[in-house]
Amino acid sequence: MSEHQHEPVPYRTFILIWAALLVLTVITVAISRVHLGPLNIWVALGVASIKSSLVIFFFMHLRQESKLFKICLLIMLVILAIFIGMTFLDVLYR
Amino acid sequence: MSIEHRDDTGSRFGMWLFLYTEVILFSGLFILYAMALTKYPTQFAKASHMLNIYFGTINTLVLLTSSLTIALAVSAIQMGRIKQTLTLCWVTIALAIVFLINKYFEWSAEIGHGIYPGSEHLAEMGPGITTFFNLYYFTAGLHGLHVLIGGTLIGVVAVMTAKGQVTSDRYTLLENSALYWHLVDLVWIFLFPLYYLIL
Repeated sequence: MSEHQHEPVPYRTFILIWAALLVLTVITVAISRVHLGPLNIWVALGVASIKSSLVIFFFMHLRQESKLFKICLLIMLVILAIFIGMTFLDVLYR
Repeated sequence: MSIEHRDDTGSRFGMWLFLYTEVILFSGLFILYAMALTKYPTQFAKASHMLNIYFGTINTLVLLTSSLTIALAVSAIQMGRIKQTLTLCWVTIALAIVFLINKYFEWSAEIGHGIYPGSEHLAEMGPGITTFFNLYYFTAGLHGLHVLIGGTLIGVVAVMTAKGQVTSDRYTLLENSALYWHLVDLVWIFLFPLYYLIL
């Protein structure tokens, strides 16, 4: 096994993650039918974030990658947060 | 004697960097969406109700399943199961086609109802609803383009696998195409609740 390649992930792991993603999809659709006011959008974003973490860490093998890959994801997310934060600061306090 | 240079980790890292630029690209559209939502909350809820939640939900399930099949394809090639790899690649492409066919029917129905960018019917409904649908068509259209590109990419890699150019020892191309496909899935994970599910 060369160090450039990962150990294969067992099929079972992927199928379990897929099942979890389906359950989360059902949850997000079900909750969206209940009126919670502005909370609806935050719940939807919360569930979407959980789903994307599952995809990123398992399906995209980030769990098996080196620290460099994980730090870069963090940097990207920080840049994104600045992007969103600055835009909102501008628009909301005009 | 020839020593071939290869760096699988490096090429995966390059793919990740490219995917981050894609994330920033789609984020621009999602930020526009957020800005417009704070400006027209009631109109956005009204417009969201005009979308067909069944098409949206079915396409979510189709994309999640295709993400599973391509992830399994990577495991299969790592274990040297070429036949299974090929089957899983073709299933992924089939699901991509199902997604696009659904999109075709969904958009045909909406366009048939006079809802498309620049239509008079939309203009009569006011700026909030018009903004929603313009963003919807642009974001979902760009996403659909990514589905098309990703599906084509997987097709090319599947043919290369069948020819023995992608092997259990050398499968970075399949891995990177799979990464691209998962990004398509990630974008849809956010697009779906934001456009189809707001009340």
